Amino acid sequence: MANLTFKDFKSDQEVRWCPGCGDHAVLASLQRALPKVSQALNYDKERYVVVSGIGCSSRLPYYMDTYGFHSIHGRATAISTGIKVANPWLTVWQTCGDGDALAIGGNHFIHAIRRNIDINIILFNNQIYGLTKGQYSPTSKFGAITKTSPYGTVEHPFNPGSLVLGAKGTFFARSLDVELKLNEEIMTAAALHDGCSVMEMLTNCVIFNDGAHKNLSDPAVKADHTIVLRHGEKMVFGKDNEKGLIYDGKKLRVIRIGEGGFTIDDVLVHDAHADNIGIHMALADMKGPDYPVALGVIRDVKDITYDDGVRDQVRQVAAKSTIHCVDDLLRSGSTWEVK
Amino acid sequence: MQHKVIDTKDVVIRFAGDSGDGMQLTGSLFADMSAIYGNGLATFPDYPAEIRAPHGTVSGVSGFQVHIGSEEVATPGDFCDMLIAMNPAALKANAKWCKRHAMILVDEDAFDDAGMKKAGFTTDNPFTELSVEDRTLIIAPITTMTKESLKDSGMDQKSILKCKNMFTLGIACYIFNRPLQPVYDYLEKKFSKKHPEVIAPNKKVLDDGFNYAANVQAIPNTYTIEPVKSAKKGTYRNVTGNQAIAWGLLAASEKSGLPLFCGSYPITPATAILEELALHKSLGAKTLQAEDEIAGICTAIGAAFAGNLAVTTTSGPGLSLKSEALGLAVMAELPLVVVDVQRGGPSTGLPTKTEQTDLNQALYGRNGECPIPVICAHSPANCFFAAFMAAKIALEHMTPVLLLSEGFLGNGSEPWLIPWMKDYPEIHPPFVSGVLPEGERFKPFERDPETMVPRWALPGQKGFEHRVGGLEKNHAGVLSTDPQNHETMVRERAKKVELISKDLPDLVVRGPQEGELLVLGWGGTYGHIASAIHDLQEEGVPVAYTHFDYINPLPPNTAEIFSHYKKFLVCELNSGQFASYLQGLYPQYTFRKYGKVQGQPFLVSELIEAIKKEM
Repeated sequence: MANLTFKDFKSDQEVRWCPGCGDHAVLASLQRALPKVSQALNYDKERYVVVSGIGCSSRLPYYMDTYGFHSIHGRATAISTGIKVANPWLTVWQTCGDGDALAIGGNHFIHAIRRNIDINIILFNNQIYGLTKGQYSPTSKFGAITKTSPYGTVEHPFNPGSLVLGAKGTFFARSLDVELKLNEEIMTAAALHDGCSVMEMLTNCVIFNDGAHKNLSDPAVKADHTIVLRHGEKMVFGKDNEKGLIYDGKKLRVIRIGEGGFTIDDVLVHDAHADNIGIHMALADMKGPDYPVALGVIRDVKDITYDDGVRDQVRQVAAKSTIHCVDDLLRSGSTWEVK
Repeated sequence: MQHKVIDTKDVVIRFAGDSGDGMQLTGSLFADMSAIYGNGLATFPDYPAEIRAPHGTVSGVSGFQVHIGSEEVATPGDFCDMLIAMNPAALKANAKWCKRHAMILVDEDAFDDAGMKKAGFTTDNPFTELSVEDRTLIIAPITTMTKESLKDSGMDQKSILKCKNMFTLGIACYIFNRPLQPVYDYLEKKFSKKHPEVIAPNKKVLDDGFNYAANVQAIPNTYTIEPVKSAKKGTYRNVTGNQAIAWGLLAASEKSGLPLFCGSYPITPATAILEELALHKSLGAKTLQAEDEIAGICTAIGAAFAGNLAVTTTSGPGLSLKSEALGLAVMAELPLVVVDVQRGGPSTGLPTKTEQTDLNQALYGRNGECPIPVICAHSPANCFFAAFMAAKIALEHMTPVLLLSEGFLGNGSEPWLIPWMKDYPEIHPPFVSGVLPEGERFKPFERDPETMVPRWALPGQKGFEHRVGGLEKNHAGVLSTDPQNHETMVRERAKKVELISKDLPDLVVRGPQEGELLVLGWGGTYGHIASAIHDLQEEGVPVAYTHFDYINPLPPNTAEIFSHYKKFLVCELNSGQFASYLQGLYPQYTFRKYGKVQGQPFLVSELIEAIKKEM
């Protein structure tokens, strides 16, 4: 196997996102993560397929020098599912947006998660429709003023994490476009996860929703407004890791270590592999001003995958059946001879 | 009464009852035993959309018509020689289908005041009310006799009543001199594992029905229908259109060496194809019951990209939902078979009834200029070959193909001389081979100049990395909004479909090879039109007939055939969609329309009348 580098994953196509768009950073992260994944799993480049729907983020397959499929609005998850079932040997990556995956493609999204098909979904969440020039999306904040909500939306947004975990997802991670290292880390973890991996990327749309995630990305406040979760590590955050998360018997609580009688020993240790989905749901739901927003791999548990199930069933049935070719099939059951 | 055994050429029997009475099973068992006996056969299930419509009402009546003959049989028959009506509603709904000399068997026990009222009879004699009192009436206490037959069986009352259909089948077997063994075999096979206790009671009630018919003096004559003598030698089976489509696709999978992938969402009357494919995992078939129709086709498109023989199956409303994705398959130039088992429309329409009203949708139902091959099946058994050809065309010409079937074909059945796969043609998809020269990139839309077909590189093949998708691209697979490029690509995609005509078989004309009138048909109307033409030609009417299995593109000799006739009559189960299509392609001729949109097949008699009017 060739030693792949990020250059191997860069296509010769001109990248046409707006200057300053968060998608550039996610692309770079993926191009840097895949060589590591290839190293870890002994994958050649031709094994990768990158699939997308419609929207700004869905242009990504053109910029990857891999097999790629830029499909239609909302349907990337169904296309990815078909590719993986047809040839489980392929490793399927999917990029899609919040409107693409959660509005028009919401049905496919939740069902892929329910089936636990082994695909890796990068959900670009910029809380706006960018390519159609600025309409609200299913993740736009309540009251968001956009071109189609000039007086503010009157509908609640989805939290993608809750949706994934509500569908009993086996892998959910979250990151920010600018956090290149963390992106690479969660992308590698997603690749190693056997099953449907959803990575929510909070991306910035510089034109139609600039600064939507500023309170998470601004260096001045990000240490207080986010917490990076890593399996087996204490759930601490703040500039000097002076804050932590505890469970008070009813819910998660933010405490200051060394204050109010709390010590580092009271702070929770993140168990991404815990079967119990409740704590992961609580972590995924956290938001300001009372809580930091959780980043990193929130849930990563083992379960049977759909593609393995399909493949194994075909093998098991074939091993038992007396029908091994179409001639056998056509002559099975009731037949009669004309002599 | 003098009992006679009459040797007859053919007979049509219509089983009718409440939708819970098991008439579909009774009818198909009768059909299967006739098939095994060696008769010519065609069946027509006619049932309501509701699983259990209101008990005893006309809307809840389920029917199954079987036409058996001592020669090959082309249609399920217009009118029946025998009607079996399990209740007053079944009699009311079906009396109009009885021939003048028909025999009518009813369950006397069901003709009580309540039953008569539910069926909407206003007098106390249903036969005079329906003007069928002069037919041969066999009024048998089927419910009472079934109860009597099974009183010692240990079965509960509800289960006993469910066996009425077996008693009825026993009577029918007596009247038409059918051996009972095939029914025994069916019962053994069906129940030996899970409910062996019901085998003996069912056999008993079947025997008792048979014996009752033999002993009661109400049945004047019985009939024998000899096996078909002219039938070609070989192994036969009875097959439904939906089954045959599933098997034809499996055959194409075997011949092409590509695993079959079917992504589908359940929809009447196409579901049985998905069910049938799901049974045959031993042949490598993968079936995915999708979350919706769109996911059905999109998973199939993904599977096609990954190199499977990809299929999605549906009916009219589902095809509407798949339109956008079908356009994607056209643009990405991927092989895909879309099966539409047409039903009555528009919208939810008449889900369990048959029509040919999706032709326009098949031809034109997509945005942009988006032609795809459209082919159709003309009989239940022909569905096998049609499905095979749909897959062959898709794989060899790198295009989605729409296969039109019909509820009438999907649910209907006929005997089929089973082919051997060695006699079927090879399938050769245009796979790329070897390696590209250093520094050269694969051009996914570069075409074979003869056929306009691009080559197929599968993910996983080293060095052929490329991108496909819904946006317009140039031959190299690079996005392009260049005006000239777009027009070139639109024309090339259309040309690719047009050139498929070269690979298609010629049209065949039955009757005079030139003359006054050419009757045209397509799809599942074949049996009815052919029968009408046969009868007319016997009468000496100089009418010619040709039937289309390929609609887009048309067979290569279409224009030549048309040039030999003065008048054209297109018979189809819609308001004239194929006629309008031909009119657009051949404006120099006038295509007269004979259409029917009732959710029912043609009657041979009405076709004869319509054709005579044109002469």
